[in-house]
Amino acid sequence: MILDFSSSLHIVWALLPEIVVAVTGLVVLMLDVFQRGSRSAPSAPWVGPLAITGLVGAVLANAWLLTLEVPAQNAQIAVDGFRIAMNFIVLGVAIFGLLYSFDWLNREGQFTGEFIFLVLMAVVGMMLLGGTRDLIVLFVAIELMSISVYVLTGYDRRSRRSAEAALKYFLMGAFASGFLLYGIALIFGSVGSTNLSLVTSEIALGTASNNPMLFAGVALLLVGFAFKVSAVPFHMWTPDAYEGAPTPVTGFMAAGVKAAGFAAIVRFITIELAPAAEFWEGIIWWLAMLTMIVPNLAALAQDDVKRMLAYSSIAHAGYLLVGVAADSPLGRSATLFYLAVYAAMTLGSFAIVYLVAGKGDVRSKLSDFRGLGWRRPLLGAAFVVFLLSLAGFPPTGGFIGKLYLLSAAVESGESVLAITLVLTSLISYYYYLRVIWKMYFEEAPESLPTPERPGLAFGFAASIGALALLVAGLFPGHGLRTASRAGEDLVPRAAVVAPGAAPSARPSGQDPAASRASSNVSEPER
Amino acid sequence: MSFFESHWVLTVLLLLPLAGAVACLFAGKDEAKHVALVTSIAAFLLSLPLFWVFREGTPAIQNYVSIPWIGQWGIAYTVGVDGISLLMVLLTTFIMPMAILGSYSYIKRQEPTYYAMLLLLMTAMIGVFIALDMFLFFLFWELMLIPMYFIIGVWGGERRIYAAIKFFLFTAVGSLLMLVAIVTLVYLYYRQYGVVTFAYNDLVELPVTRSAQFWLFSAFALAFAIKVPLFPVHTWLPDAHVEAPTAGSVILAGVLLKMGTYGFLRFAMPFFAYAATSDVVVYTILTLSLIGIVYGAWVAAVQPDAKKLVAYTSVAHLGFVMLGLFALTSESIQGGILQMVNHGISTGALFLLIGMLYERRHTRLIEDFGGIAKVMPFFAFAFVVVALSSIGLPGTNGFVGEFLILIGTFRTHPVAAVIAATGVVFAAAYMLPMVQRVLYGPVEDEENRELTDIGLRERIVLLPALAMIVLIGVYPGPFLEKTSASVDALLQQIEMRASQAPLEPLGTDVRFDHMPILGVDED
Repeated sequence: MILDFSSSLHIVWALLPEIVVAVTGLVVLMLDVFQRGSRSAPSAPWVGPLAITGLVGAVLANAWLLTLEVPAQNAQIAVDGFRIAMNFIVLGVAIFGLLYSFDWLNREGQFTGEFIFLVLMAVVGMMLLGGTRDLIVLFVAIELMSISVYVLTGYDRRSRRSAEAALKYFLMGAFASGFLLYGIALIFGSVGSTNLSLVTSEIALGTASNNPMLFAGVALLLVGFAFKVSAVPFHMWTPDAYEGAPTPVTGFMAAGVKAAGFAAIVRFITIELAPAAEFWEGIIWWLAMLTMIVPNLAALAQDDVKRMLAYSSIAHAGYLLVGVAADSPLGRSATLFYLAVYAAMTLGSFAIVYLVAGKGDVRSKLSDFRGLGWRRPLLGAAFVVFLLSLAGFPPTGGFIGKLYLLSAAVESGESVLAITLVLTSLISYYYYLRVIWKMYFEEAPESLPTPERPGLAFGFAASIGALALLVAGLFPGHGLRTASRAGEDLVPRAAVVAPGAAPSARPSGQDPAASRASSNVSEPER
Repeated sequence: MSFFESHWVLTVLLLLPLAGAVACLFAGKDEAKHVALVTSIAAFLLSLPLFWVFREGTPAIQNYVSIPWIGQWGIAYTVGVDGISLLMVLLTTFIMPMAILGSYSYIKRQEPTYYAMLLLLMTAMIGVFIALDMFLFFLFWELMLIPMYFIIGVWGGERRIYAAIKFFLFTAVGSLLMLVAIVTLVYLYYRQYGVVTFAYNDLVELPVTRSAQFWLFSAFALAFAIKVPLFPVHTWLPDAHVEAPTAGSVILAGVLLKMGTYGFLRFAMPFFAYAATSDVVVYTILTLSLIGIVYGAWVAAVQPDAKKLVAYTSVAHLGFVMLGLFALTSESIQGGILQMVNHGISTGALFLLIGMLYERRHTRLIEDFGGIAKVMPFFAFAFVVVALSSIGLPGTNGFVGEFLILIGTFRTHPVAAVIAATGVVFAAAYMLPMVQRVLYGPVEDEENRELTDIGLRERIVLLPALAMIVLIGVYPGPFLEKTSASVDALLQQIEMRASQAPLEPLGTDVRFDHMPILGVDED
């Protein structure tokens, strides 16, 4: 099927996965309202499977997008390999995040349709964030995602920690949204459009060079994104928010919000704003450096596993930023691959933490993990796989991901970033191994209760997650191929090709746009 | 082509312990050790014919295979053996049954996991020695850390957690920098030829500029030097050896340390021949090896703990091996390789013997013993033979290796050879007093009078080691013949490539400025 964005129906087709998720969310909410007698009663158990079904439907719709031909990428939403891959990642996060969270919701007696609705709405925001090419839609998407997640953070309403975390996250997040909006305004002011393809061509034509207002706009936009992916020094909220939030929500935040934030950075900064590279190159480089070093050192001092994992998730943002800083198709592919792997391992880790922590999420100290490996062998083995993957140890997907990022950095001549990447990974070995040693090398005292047996959904998600990481570590061929296609296939800045340049010029590694400009992209309508 | 001439023998050698490990996990508490023993003996018997099937007199890689694995990165399952790796593989399969049988009564909890870890370790070790693809090699190199971390951490002594984490982190420092160097090498190769490959045979042909060689060599050398361990990065070794359970120490000393020296021979020296033969590097490594030999011996001499004493002797012995490798003569390198085997056998046996004492008395302090020869005669006999082999007495294997190293080194670096020769004297100065204080003299402690001599199982554990000590001592020919062609070819290759190392990058092609978007090429 050929998409033609002059027909509004075709825009619906282009947005089909998002629409499926949003409709599922609304159906869940409405059915839940009507079938539940009182506000505090738990929902019927079938809302969970219903939401999962909707998400699987969205996955299918997303796969269907692959079959579309789009001669003119002039809509506010891109239909390209990168968006589709990001959608798969985000939908995967949602499906696995929900599967992991059912046990927690039941245990805490808080199984309600609102939770699922909020997750689904956040997912819609995340998906739009990875696909949009318009600054206004970007803002709407980021707010839809953020507000849903603020509420999810405070979802455990009996818990003071949860409320505190939500408030902190909300206040800081509102600030960041302000920055973002201000950045959008400045970019609009200096270029005169919120449509990114126009913004890009304006910058490329040189009308905006040496424009301090544009520079400020790009910088503020980057601050907003850096906040969402919790890059140092905009990470202050992360440990508190992650620690206080209900643990399954933390996993969902760490995996989903970060993936969406990186999708936005890759698309908006490195692709659409590529002509303004001088404005952001240095900033991204320093963000990557700091985000690798600071949280890895801070994580060493944590004795709470949940908080340690929060710092570890900040550190992973640093590794991912290396892929962004490489600013090449290889770097973008590596970022994509690592995001997928990272989502699997971080979701699994947080899920196991809540299982060990017990009712009320009380026991998440390192010492609470003593003897876990012998008491619950399968759970222990899964956690070992997740931790080794987080550490980037073969034969797991985390290792392949880091190798991918590393080769991107080496290829772009960023050897300092490459060496920092491995040295900070080395630091991280210590705190990941510390959890393993608690689980296996130390005996559990009698007073420490054995974690309850996980439910079917949890077991399914954890075993699929761990196996997927091992497969990604041993047979990554398929994943690498997908990632490299998607990392190359970003809807390019259409009008950027320098006027005199022959369209048949050699595909330059740095500039996927130029190589594709001749093939399937035409001028955006003005 | 028969099974033993094809790659299948190597592939099965990799998979068999892995399958055994899985079987151990599902076996019962009491059966796991038998499963492990049978697996390891089967692997040994499987590897043994390689010794005769192997064609001598050619440096060619034998039992070679290369099966595409991760196509878009040019990664393949590439394995094969030459004379050097053949001996290392045989050493591994020889040590493992001893280590497993030696654990029978020592390990009393979580047996299935323990034996599964040992077998997983076996796969990783064999893999390191036969891998001819840098990715595959790195995979096994790192994989080996995990089971060892568990073996030390779960079944080790008092300070096991400290020792386990120290072992892990020390090794990881080097290997991560090596990973960066590997990726850089792959990238340089791409810049030169426009092909992405991790294959050893390709990368070894890459002309790396002289200045780049030093950086890349340092990264590889650090990884391998830590593993060897070369002074001053040896400090993880005494902790790991002392805290590990007996089998862990046996494998550490017997096989794991050899990965470092093997890495130098196989990767660091041929890849960066100019750097490896430059005066700066040669003199640095020779000096560090000599310090290791003398310092290791002196520190060993004052250890009250017998196990720690043996641990420090490893530093000295591996110093000898490194000396042999970097003296860069055919004799010294062959001696070094033989000494790798010898050290594996004799130090492995020493750790087993000390483990047997520890099981009986729950102490390893030398002063707690005395007069053991009277109550444990067979034990005393074995102990003396192994100790003499460790010193390097003529007639034992240790002599042949050290002698070759010294002769070879004398030809190129006479002063170093003279200093190293004092190490042989020091070896007698720490080993003999220990033997004397443990075995001879009056039986002062009443507990020692009650000791029972080693039984049938323990004798079976020790006999192969004793036999090999004497066999290599009096008839080293077959072992040296295995390596001579490979070593000569290696030396020639190093010499040639060192002289050909370019000053400037050879004309790189602008078309290869950026790596292809990996994966798309393949379709």
